[in-house]
Amino acid sequence: MKWMSVEFNQIEKRFGEIRALNQVDFSVCDGELFGLIGPDGAGKSTLFRIMVSLLVPDSGSCMVNGFDVKKDYREIRKIIGYMPGRFSLYMDLSVEENLNFYAGVFGTTVDANYDLIRDIYIQIEPFRKRLAGKLSGGMKQKLALSCALIHRPSVLVLDEPTTGVDAVSRLEFWEMLEKIRREGITILVSTPYMDEAARCDRIALLQKGEVLEIMDPSVVPAGEFPLFSLRSGRRPYNYLEHFRSLESCRSAWLFGDELHVTLQRETDVSDVEAGLRKLKDESMEWNRIERSIEDRFMELLQEADSSKNLFEVNER
Amino acid sequence: MIESNDHIIEVRGLVKKFGDFVANDHLTFHVKKGEIFGFLGANGAGKTTAIRILCGLSYPTSGFISVAGHDVYREREKIKRKIGYMSQKFSLYEDLTVVENIRLYAGIYGLGRKYIRSRESQLLKRLQLEEIGNRLIREIPLGWKQKLAFSVAIFHKPAIVFLDEPTGGVDPITRRQFWEMIHGATREGITVFVTTHYMDEAEYCDRVCIMVDGKIEALDRPAVLKATYQSRNMNEVFVKLARKS
Repeated sequence: MKWMSVEFNQIEKRFGEIRALNQVDFSVCDGELFGLIGPDGAGKSTLFRIMVSLLVPDSGSCMVNGFDVKKDYREIRKIIGYMPGRFSLYMDLSVEENLNFYAGVFGTTVDANYDLIRDIYIQIEPFRKRLAGKLSGGMKQKLALSCALIHRPSVLVLDEPTTGVDAVSRLEFWEMLEKIRREGITILVSTPYMDEAARCDRIALLQKGEVLEIMDPSVVPAGEFPLFSLRSGRRPYNYLEHFRSLESCRSAWLFGDELHVTLQRETDVSDVEAGLRKLKDESMEWNRIERSIEDRFMELLQEADSSKNLFEVNER
Repeated sequence: MIESNDHIIEVRGLVKKFGDFVANDHLTFHVKKGEIFGFLGANGAGKTTAIRILCGLSYPTSGFISVAGHDVYREREKIKRKIGYMSQKFSLYEDLTVVENIRLYAGIYGLGRKYIRSRESQLLKRLQLEEIGNRLIREIPLGWKQKLAFSVAIFHKPAIVFLDEPTGGVDPITRRQFWEMIHGATREGITVFVTTHYMDEAEYCDRVCIMVDGKIEALDRPAVLKATYQSRNMNEVFVKLARKS
């Protein structure tokens, strides 16, 4: 049996009229790299703040390594490393001073845990005398991660560490996370980027305070609706209207250099293909495909949306 | 008019220095009328610096730059009238309503009251925002704000719209609806100049320019870039180019 590191039990949280979290209930295993995937306003940060004892849920409970976040908040704060979306660095302290400060707060020293942060810190060490406020975004991110790790937490919580960061820095950040994880640290990370979801052991897809699905990103559940990709030398955008006018088409969306088209029924396939042949686009490639995480997320979003009216959404 | 061809933006040897630091190092490129032009680069590669110059907000150190037929040294006010701009921190007023924001921006561009009223109702209808026209901006969801900010940026029918990371933070469907709006704008003849960190969005562009350390490292159609750099997608292209630095 796997040891549970983090357990969310029926968490509810409201901010006035806004329901930020609705019946959130799942667990994260010890040593797992777990991703919260969802747009702004999905509830990712609220859930993290509850978990790190900065916010109390209206109902439900959260346990981290056997400690209750409400009752045992002092213990919780010792074992968690937290990197909020807006880095909590002291901009008027130097790189070195920030790190020493965080180590001091947790009653430890930089030397005692240097091996854990070495690979990350070494990249900003040449600038150790520079004020944190004068660092580039990428360097601030590395310093914030070093500070969150300096007390060797058993659970690391990262709230959108890569938002607004370029593709190369994002890649490097995830390479760092995989190293940290090999140290046995449980990691919870939130992101709006679907490609990062694939790097997690498991992910929760969140929207409007609800967990839509929890899955292993390497095994996206097969859907009941036939999914196709269309490529063409023409702009794929020009085919959107064609598909959306078909009753047999469930959805059609731009997808990188393709369109992804979901049909209502298996029996619609031959009709749709006959219709495509009439368009006489020699450059067209039409292939049946497996669902990606993003396909699945979009399908869930559409299902969630059609079951609610717009104005409920609007209250947010 | 400086140019008569189909280049709506013409840049030759653009240099911008801040002290000893060279933010834009001899950029030469053009943007064709009606295309979606993707402007990519790592953080700090010099994208924002270049966009500010093209929008007439900052002077280049040297180089020839013309935007919508106007020179960026002498005709900045004319440029500003012909362009639209939207950034990730869109400049809608949170404490004004949807309709008030539309009227404010349309008024700034000198559009007539009657014209504004008729376009405004069309716009709300198209965005399916009719019922929330009187809501404060701070009360509406992020995805709607983004769509509205884009609509406001092109309300005066600019020749070019500059979009600086317009799609951050929204769900994958809203992001795609936003790109459908961008494609729709090009059908009305508006040229789109866009930056993004989502590499799948680079695929939606007609041509993509990748900046590395203040220089243009590559510029071509996504399909050509993928073939040249033997990559399956634009993310791989970007990582190969930007990681070299």
